[in-house]
Amino acid sequence: MDFLRKKIDQLKPHFSAGGRFSRFQSVFEGLETFIFVPNTVTFKGSHVRDHLDLKRTMTMVILALLPVFLFGAYNIGLQHFRSLGVETGMMENFWFGFLKILPLVVVSYGVGLGIEFIAAQIRGHEINEGFLVTGLLIPLIMPIDIPLWMLAIATAFAVIIGKEVFGGTGMNVFNPALVARAFLFFAYPAWMTGDKVWTEGLTNGAKIVDGFSGATPLALCAAGESTKLPSFLEMFIGTIPGSIGETSTLAILIGALILVVTGVGSWKIIVSVFAGGLGMGLLLNAFAVNAYMELPFYYHYVMGSFAFGAVFMATDPVSASQTETGKWIYGFLIGVLSVLIRVVNPAYPEGVMLAILLMNMFAPLIDYYVVQSNINRRIKRGKVALNKQKV
Amino acid sequence: MSEKEKEPLLSAKNIKLFTAPLGNDNPITVQVLGICSALAVTVKLEPALVMALSVTIVVAVSNVVISAMRNYIPDRIRIIVQLVVIATMVILVDQFLKAYAFDVSKQLSVFVGLIITNCILMGRLEAFAMANKPWPSFIDGLGNGAGYGIILVVVAFFRELLGSGTVYGFPVMEKLGLYKIGYENNGMMILPPMALIAVGLIIWFQRSRNKNLVEKK
Repeated sequence: MDFLRKKIDQLKPHFSAGGRFSRFQSVFEGLETFIFVPNTVTFKGSHVRDHLDLKRTMTMVILALLPVFLFGAYNIGLQHFRSLGVETGMMENFWFGFLKILPLVVVSYGVGLGIEFIAAQIRGHEINEGFLVTGLLIPLIMPIDIPLWMLAIATAFAVIIGKEVFGGTGMNVFNPALVARAFLFFAYPAWMTGDKVWTEGLTNGAKIVDGFSGATPLALCAAGESTKLPSFLEMFIGTIPGSIGETSTLAILIGALILVVTGVGSWKIIVSVFAGGLGMGLLLNAFAVNAYMELPFYYHYVMGSFAFGAVFMATDPVSASQTETGKWIYGFLIGVLSVLIRVVNPAYPEGVMLAILLMNMFAPLIDYYVVQSNINRRIKRGKVALNKQKV
Repeated sequence: MSEKEKEPLLSAKNIKLFTAPLGNDNPITVQVLGICSALAVTVKLEPALVMALSVTIVVAVSNVVISAMRNYIPDRIRIIVQLVVIATMVILVDQFLKAYAFDVSKQLSVFVGLIITNCILMGRLEAFAMANKPWPSFIDGLGNGAGYGIILVVVAFFRELLGSGTVYGFPVMEKLGLYKIGYENNGMMILPPMALIAVGLIIWFQRSRNKNLVEKK
């Protein structure tokens, strides 16, 4: 480490103001603080600072995503070999899936960080870590067979239109990873929906064994074949077709535990999303006219990306509600809308993405009314106190 | 007054009436008028061009008519009078399109009729024709129609190229052989939200080049 420190200190003057490469100062700083904790101190007045800065927060989320990522890799291999009718070991499945996901991760980070670096140079900002999590989330919510150039375009769209236009990290209205997914969903629907895209090799017309359909549980439900659903346990553990990171509710819950314990993700949002799903599920059960509506509410938790959306997407601190009461409302409505879109709208088998994006838009409005009602309540309390004095 | 009457037809002032709406006083990107039709008719170049022409003709001619009548229109009913003039023009254009360009007219469907409610028209009549002579009003109408048209054509060019892989019906992407190497048309470009984003990108581009257009904070 000493060697590294010396080398960086040697290079530093060139990148500081007046140096030869001062233009790239923010790139240099970004890389430096990636290795070492910044040594800058406040010199005017005092600020109480938490040790948990943006970089540390992002690292925690990456850590929480790790179980999801590992299981995703395993499941990609599993589904692939299942479609071929080959029995394979666990490690073999994992390596196969890992090597398939790797290009997606590289493209997502390469494009996204490239744009972030350029944008920081143009604006004269410091490079911040906003993309670290987004860059890993994007591959995890993609079908494995998505062509890399499509992923690159979607990432660029998400970073530029979803984030930089609004002013960069911390200013975005929508969750950038979901913007990328929504873009692909509407631009190239053939690659984002259907039965073939979720299992590696099926879009190339690979031979599949009889009895393997590749359809996700949600697709089965939308087609009115909810009797063919995998068992609850299977869907909970996640050995089902789906986007890379969304299948395993178990792995997601481990991630949720890490987020909640470290305080990075809001447990209120997670709980209220599940509560919303429960409420809507029960309501649909009460008025059930078809098999899908009769489906028990807890099935919605383990199908599709309900859990993933609740834990990793809805809790995005930038695009979610900021007020504590607002978080309950925001999360609850996400849960309600997700299940509603799934069951009632035949055009969209999955509703979590659309529900979260919609509620992202309403988050500031929710916050506004929460703050206003608080102000009104306090004014009222003040008036009562005043009246009592008069008496 | 006598000085003004001697003004040449294409004086610097009049030319500026035409060029300003093309750039820094563009009806769509700066005045933010006529957005809805810009979103609706820009999926392909052909309807966008026809729409641009129709709006240009309607706004130019109604400008002249209103300007000629401006001293005789009672102030309290001026909006109604303006609407009658615009509606007459729009019906004429609509009938003309139906007679000579039926396919395009079908593609544009209701949007030709909706030119009546296009904010650019009322905006120009109220802001310009009611206070200026017919000739400058005519140029102003042409300029604003062309300014509207430029944005429409630019947006339609990109939406058609990326969304359908063609330019004015010519299959560019296919001729380049891009489909063979795995390229696919972007379905999002055909959806209306992408037109909004495209117009937004043009506004962004324009304002980053001309800082005077950026609103003061």
